[in-house]
Amino acid sequence: MSDLEWTGYLRADGRKGVRNLVLVIYTVQCAEFVAHQIAQGEPDTHVIGFPGCYDNEYAIRLMLALGRHPNVGAVLAVGLGCEYTQPGRIAEVVRTSGRPARSFFIQQQGGTTSSIRHGKELVHELRHEIEAVPRTLITWSDLVIGCECGGSDGTSGLAGNPVVGRFFDGLIDQGGTAVFEEVVEMIGLRSELEARAANEEVRTSLRHTYQKAEQYCRAVRQYSVSPGNFAGGLTTIEEKSLGAFAKSGTRPIQGVIKVAETPSHPGLWLMDSVPDEHFMQFGYTNPNDTEGIVDLISAGAQIVLFVTGRGSVIGSPIAPLVKITGNSKTFRQMNEDIDFNAGEVLDGTLTLEQAATSLATLVRNVASGTLTKPEMLGHREYFIMYKHQNTPGLLEGCRA
Amino acid sequence: MSHQRVIFQIHAQDNVATLLENASPGEVLTHRGEGQDVVLRAAQETAAGHKVALRFIPEEAAIIKYGVTIGLATAPIRPGDWVHLHNCKSQYDSRSSHLDLNSGAPTETRYE
Repeated sequence: MSDLEWTGYLRADGRKGVRNLVLVIYTVQCAEFVAHQIAQGEPDTHVIGFPGCYDNEYAIRLMLALGRHPNVGAVLAVGLGCEYTQPGRIAEVVRTSGRPARSFFIQQQGGTTSSIRHGKELVHELRHEIEAVPRTLITWSDLVIGCECGGSDGTSGLAGNPVVGRFFDGLIDQGGTAVFEEVVEMIGLRSELEARAANEEVRTSLRHTYQKAEQYCRAVRQYSVSPGNFAGGLTTIEEKSLGAFAKSGTRPIQGVIKVAETPSHPGLWLMDSVPDEHFMQFGYTNPNDTEGIVDLISAGAQIVLFVTGRGSVIGSPIAPLVKITGNSKTFRQMNEDIDFNAGEVLDGTLTLEQAATSLATLVRNVASGTLTKPEMLGHREYFIMYKHQNTPGLLEGCRA
Repeated sequence: MSHQRVIFQIHAQDNVATLLENASPGEVLTHRGEGQDVVLRAAQETAAGHKVALRFIPEEAAIIKYGVTIGLATAPIRPGDWVHLHNCKSQYDSRSSHLDLNSGAPTETRYE
């Protein structure tokens, strides 16, 4: 991986994006339809939102992190008008990052049609404002790249994740930042995890993170392994764990971040998305692949890699999703959905190193504006739910 | 034994390797990846993505992949045997020992 430069978008807060998006955020399920209708047909306009009427500090932190993401230029927050989460407060926080933001309540706009019309006018205003955002040279050291895996089969751990791991090693050596998560998929790997800590302090936080995840899995009697995984040839959570852990490569882990936190310096970071103790005990860790991808995006990842052996059709809002399979048959069968075939390593036609170099070229092209297959198909799945995580020092919630 | 089927070994210490294509009883398994070349024949119908034993594994012994224990043998396993839910159990997840061998679907959940 050479020291290449290309062009991105420079935000007022100094972050560098690879896309220039308007993000529509709805603050309750009741506003979901209107939010999507506002974004419908508008170029580079994505939608996220939270379905609950009663607010949740975790979800608010997550939406605020997404609203100030490097790829997001401007935000429109839309509420119904009687929910706890306040779109005005979201817009206010986004504006403090130097990004333009607007908000309104549907109940004050006179219903569906007038709200959609008003929302579209605001999106057009915001689009006009961010057209002037300065372009800047960016390189590997400006990138944060996340990796998730899902719909795994025997090839994910043999080829898909190891190729990502090798790419991550190269990214980190170039001064970049990599984030992986799925702590519940590390069950059985406590000593392997701790051995990767950059220092003693990190080792302690990795141990605590691991213990929390293991207690959580025992308590809910649910390990991150599904019938499809077993049918694909994975026999135990330990086996799946090792295959998943392979995506982290071999470089030292710099620390643990929670959802909506950003890494404080470059290198490899572990994200902990497991719920912390809370009297309501709500929140499920990794309820689906999309949730994990959204969590990684909340760390500021401008691009997310998604390894899927059996083949998945999802995409993501805000950060382009690069879909990778370790299964050449899946690559052929679902070619319109999958960006990269790591299965050539198993076919014996590429070495791990060659595959990682080829993946780096693809990622650089995507960072320069080339659309991924999920982007071309219009996939922008998102999933934000009630959860509790202790994150002292982060911005408080937005309840009015 | 009309076909040769590729098995992929990830770590030199592993006692299982992953089949890259479906294998039928008696078919010769061609070794790829880490570790020493072994002469093996598939013992059962085994699907691509599933594991076969590279050597004899006694009951209660560790099943090793990536150089790490991924589970324990619940029965003696012969070279070439399919290694899966019927003869390998997790040390953590007790539920996985109660899943359908072929589909992985749970068998103990009541739908009523």
